[in-house]
Amino acid sequence: MAIIIYLAAVAIFISGILIFRKKTTNYIFSILFIALQWTFNVYEYNHRNIEQLQYFNPDSIGLILLFVLSIVSTASLYYSFIFFKHTNDTPRSKSIYFAALITLITSLSCAYIANHIAIMWIFVELTTLSSAVLVYHNRSSKSLEAAWKYLFISSISVALIFIGILFLGLAVQEAKLDGIFFSVLLKNATLLDPFWLKAAFLLIFTGFTVKAGLVPMYTVGIDAKDKAPSPASAIFSSAIMNMGFLGIFRLFEVISKTGIHKWACMVLIISASLSVFISAAYMVRVKNFKRMFAYSSIEHMGIMMLGMAVGGIGYYGAILHLILHSFAKSSLFYQTGAIFRVMKSKLIKDSGNYFGYNTFGAITLILGFFIITAMPPSGMFVSEFMIFRSMFEAKYLWLLIIIVILLCFIIWAMGKNLFKLLFSKLENAQIIEKDMEKISFVESIPQLILFLTVIYIGFYPPPFVQNLIQQALVNLK
Amino acid sequence: MSLFVCSTAIRLSTFIKVLVLQGLLLFGFFIIRLNEINITNLILLLLETVIFKSIIIPSFLKYIIKKNKLTREAEPYISNFSSIFIFTFANLILFFLANTLEGGVFQNIYFVGAVSTIFSGFFLIILRHKIITNVIGFIILENGVVILSLAVGKEMPMLVNLGILLDIFVTVLVLGIFANKLGDVFKEGEVDQLNQLKD
Repeated sequence: MAIIIYLAAVAIFISGILIFRKKTTNYIFSILFIALQWTFNVYEYNHRNIEQLQYFNPDSIGLILLFVLSIVSTASLYYSFIFFKHTNDTPRSKSIYFAALITLITSLSCAYIANHIAIMWIFVELTTLSSAVLVYHNRSSKSLEAAWKYLFISSISVALIFIGILFLGLAVQEAKLDGIFFSVLLKNATLLDPFWLKAAFLLIFTGFTVKAGLVPMYTVGIDAKDKAPSPASAIFSSAIMNMGFLGIFRLFEVISKTGIHKWACMVLIISASLSVFISAAYMVRVKNFKRMFAYSSIEHMGIMMLGMAVGGIGYYGAILHLILHSFAKSSLFYQTGAIFRVMKSKLIKDSGNYFGYNTFGAITLILGFFIITAMPPSGMFVSEFMIFRSMFEAKYLWLLIIIVILLCFIIWAMGKNLFKLLFSKLENAQIIEKDMEKISFVESIPQLILFLTVIYIGFYPPPFVQNLIQQALVNLK
Repeated sequence: MSLFVCSTAIRLSTFIKVLVLQGLLLFGFFIIRLNEINITNLILLLLETVIFKSIIIPSFLKYIIKKNKLTREAEPYISNFSSIFIFTFANLILFFLANTLEGGVFQNIYFVGAVSTIFSGFFLIILRHKIITNVIGFIILENGVVILSLAVGKEMPMLVNLGILLDIFVTVLVLGIFANKLGDVFKEGEVDQLNQLKD
């Protein structure tokens, strides 16, 4: 029932935004939506593990992601208002932007708590459509290209997921189970035919890599994050990647109970280590901040998948890493919005002396650099350490050494680019320093809060977070 | 069925006619397969295959082609002979593979047809460099998915319906908004023009 009310209210908000097309109505409906999103979130938390409407079941992993989404989307809407203060978009494109963003957040929320794989698939499809609208926000030929590629490749991937679902349906029919509910699959995992399960896993995994940002289909995600407005990119590289992770995670849970667990781990390890490799290779020669952060997301998703594949304490590390990465990366994307407004360019070669122009933002960015590269004050150090420890314990020493070397490249490349932005002399002749926009320090405060949350959760995880993570991993032990 | 496979194998200038034919063939499959399912369901599916797949989409594509003056045929990256050869070979392998699988739950012939249609969709997407051909490849891929859901989903009408409804939704969106816009912005409609974003 709550889900129907939630969806109906969202529909009213969206139509309100699209009909009135005024700044004030955008404000009002967005704030109402945030209130609704949090109410929904808390309601689902209080009704966890209770089946709703037959097809939804908020379990622990879904709730973790729902909390992350609510936090990130609150920040994203705040930064969207800042974004629109400084652009001269028409009221029409503004209202389309807000409507698409709210649709995206809603469909993500529903995808997280869906219990039936086909329902999840529908909401995945909806996220594709709404995010394509967000990517096309700038209406330039480049953003059109990015939106087209994103929509086309995502549609293919969604078709792949559907074929995978059909194969899964075959396995379910042979085992005489009723419906492809995740809970049913988990209970009867051993009855499923391994051949169809393998085929389904391969197809669904490949399909979800578009969203999760892993090899083989990571490419369009990079273009989308590059071309979308930065508040939307923040959601792309946190909540949407989490959804891809969740899609793989749910099937992996089922497979971990069957005889093909080892094989699935091998698939994950291959894809994950290739992702880290590709991210390192592109990081060294990347020319644009947003793309740099997008490649860094791929690296982190690769590390999480390694944790999932290796198991043991790696499971806990992977989920913790997922939470922390979402906060850190989205907050870095918000900062790129400010960088773009100061430097009038996303290119690394056009940037410099950011410390002099926006000191507070620059300090936040330095903190963000330490957090995202998982250096010790960062909470991500803890989760990454857990994953590496589990790899060490599982005798993947050579892989671990290679991954650490690749991480060194990534840290070096990111440090080089960010410190060029912060401290070197500005060489872009087109910018006159007097006209440069002054950014108020208030804007960086939410980012700072997110970074501090990363540190706090990493070192002193609150009991309810710990509980949720442990309950999410019950089926993997 | 073999006609179906061949029609996708030739696919040079007659893409749109092929699409119409595929829509009508899907209609035929539905009549053969689904007559035991309830009547509203049946009507919905039939309307979808006939009206949508064999009338609306092809005419829309024709409109786009006319509007953007895409008179030239889609030239593939490899020659016609080798593409037919590869395609036939792949289909043979698919047939043997499907025969080694156990029957029972699904009928082999539908399964083979579906997989080869999906394969030819991918084939078109990868080996042609007109945007419009890629879109057609995607539609063929979706047709293949529909047949597959027929082959597999005898006991899952809900899934079949969902798949088809979403199929409509996506193709309308993909075609309607973006293909049109792309035609306006990139006049030639070559995939090679879409290379501004790279590292």
